[in-house]
Amino acid sequence: MGVSNAPLLRVEGLRTLFSTSAGDIAAVDGVSLEVPRGKTLGIVGESGCGKSMLSLSIMGLVPRPGRVGAGRVLLEDINLTGLTPAGMRAVRGAGIAMIFQEPMTSLNPVHTVGDQIVEAMRAHDAGASEAELRKRAIDALRRVRIPSPERRFGEYPHQLSGGMRQRVMIAMALACRPRLLIADEPTTALDVTVQAQILDLLRDLQAETGMSVILITHDLGVVAEMADEVAVMYAGRVVERGTARDIFEDPQHPYTIGLLGSIPRIEEDRERLLSIDGSVPPPFALPQGCRFHPRCPFAIRACTEKDPPLRELSPGHQAACIRAPVEAVVECLV
Amino acid sequence: MGRHAVQRLLMAIPVLFGVVLVGFLLMQVVPNDPALVRAGPSATPDVIAAIRRDMGLDRPLYEQFGLYLWRLAHGDLGVSIINNVPVVQELASTVGPTLELMFASLIWSIPIGIALGTAGAYWRGRLVDRIITAFAVAGGSIPVFFLGLLLIWYVGFKLQLLPFTGRSGPLWSEEGLKGILLPALTLGGTFIGPVARMTRTAVLDVLGVEHVRTARAKGLGEFRVVTRHALRNALIPVVTLIGLQIGFLLGGAVVTETVFSWPGVGRLAVGAILSADFPMAQGTIIVLSLGFILINLVVDVLYAALDPRMRS
Repeated sequence: MGVSNAPLLRVEGLRTLFSTSAGDIAAVDGVSLEVPRGKTLGIVGESGCGKSMLSLSIMGLVPRPGRVGAGRVLLEDINLTGLTPAGMRAVRGAGIAMIFQEPMTSLNPVHTVGDQIVEAMRAHDAGASEAELRKRAIDALRRVRIPSPERRFGEYPHQLSGGMRQRVMIAMALACRPRLLIADEPTTALDVTVQAQILDLLRDLQAETGMSVILITHDLGVVAEMADEVAVMYAGRVVERGTARDIFEDPQHPYTIGLLGSIPRIEEDRERLLSIDGSVPPPFALPQGCRFHPRCPFAIRACTEKDPPLRELSPGHQAACIRAPVEAVVECLV
Repeated sequence: MGRHAVQRLLMAIPVLFGVVLVGFLLMQVVPNDPALVRAGPSATPDVIAAIRRDMGLDRPLYEQFGLYLWRLAHGDLGVSIINNVPVVQELASTVGPTLELMFASLIWSIPIGIALGTAGAYWRGRLVDRIITAFAVAGGSIPVFFLGLLLIWYVGFKLQLLPFTGRSGPLWSEEGLKGILLPALTLGGTFIGPVARMTRTAVLDVLGVEHVRTARAKGLGEFRVVTRHALRNALIPVVTLIGLQIGFLLGGAVVTETVFSWPGVGRLAVGAILSADFPMAQGTIIVLSLGFILINLVVDVLYAALDPRMRS
């Protein structure tokens, strides 16, 4: 296997802990992932499953009192968790960039969008002149298809629409040509039509630059459209991993099956959407055994006793369920 | 933005009218008769009545107020009952020293307060923050006169380092600079605490906002994140709060000027009130209120300058 086939980013056994008076609580609990070069990894899960905390852990931006307690994040050969604060700053923006859910609040309202893009470029290229940075920032705005970028350069975020602001965020994130873009719910706050435009844009920019993308979302429709590989998260853990085809056509973890069942489909004439009863348990009140068993229709006694590890079901497809493959179980029930 | 300022300026007119009216009425309810003060303790009732007629005090209240307004419009605030000096002249010679004192107090205390508040917010909950908070609460709780007396006793009297009575020259002369140090330390010293506390709260609010996370995700250094993306935004509320506080600081100026015999409007006001010098007291009230109004005007304009959302 050549170097170019090695994954761009590897996350190994990552644990993100929050210190409380009752001891440490793990928001991310032993997550391992790989992001292939030039591909998109979708991370799916309900709110509270730890997917946003995972992305902040990769960026080294876990808010206090949280910290990365164990595990490694490898960007090519660099272990990010071992970097100094200055070393990590050099990676942020230039190696890994990030865009967030709320384009309304993610840009600073008191600086022009041009200034904010220039600032990102200057942080990684101290030598460039103002005029050159300005020109590059306008190019960056043009690349994300913002009309009349010269004029927009001098405007403030409140003068732009939500979709335009997200484009500015993307322009800013890509200004230093990162190798990995983490998009945390990039379209959740946007109108459906704008959503589609932003996803198209991301796909085109990815093809253009060859960057890898981690797409974090609770929206399986977005994942189906964008992702090459998928990781399903539940209560701080990855419960199923595989190619997009594996996950959508042959889901093996009961949680994934439940999530897929709750997507509305136009062609199906269903009385009621399937839903998973209950909600994700908070990290300080995890059940014994498998974390999903209280909500799982397939749970048996063994599920309440041991926390199942990820198990390879077919090459590249893993699920953390003792009852997988589920086909056998379903047959028994029928 | 220019229109915004003009609008605010126009709105100040009714406020000023209200101030003049309240100042006038206040003098009516004070249990003291200007005619008696003017006539002195040995005057006969006839003399007092004549003086009362002379001062217009026998006319109905609304007429007196009308006359007062008419004169005010012509820049005439009357003459001191005590020494017959025109009030306007006395005010003109005291406004300068008061402005000087305010300037010398704020020029160092506001930056220090903002820096301390920002540091406290950034290191929230750490030892640095606790020390700053303790200092801010203590500093804000010490009465102005007490801090003034403490400085006079220690620096002025015991160490004999600096003068502590009166004003010995303009601010730019060496004598003047030495003379203003203790009063400015006193007045400014009580101002650091409130500024630090307001800044700490405002910066803490902004530090939790998404755009700060964006700034960090771009790879910016912490100093830049804090100054350009947290403090810069926090200044919008901080400027407003500081403006309001400066209004209250005028009250502190009255005390400071009295303690240090500083020849400003505050000391003039105290002297006028204690000696029942009605026209003079009214004049100082108007000037101090005008100061308050002007500060608010400046704050409004600054607010618009700091927040681009206010401009459109």
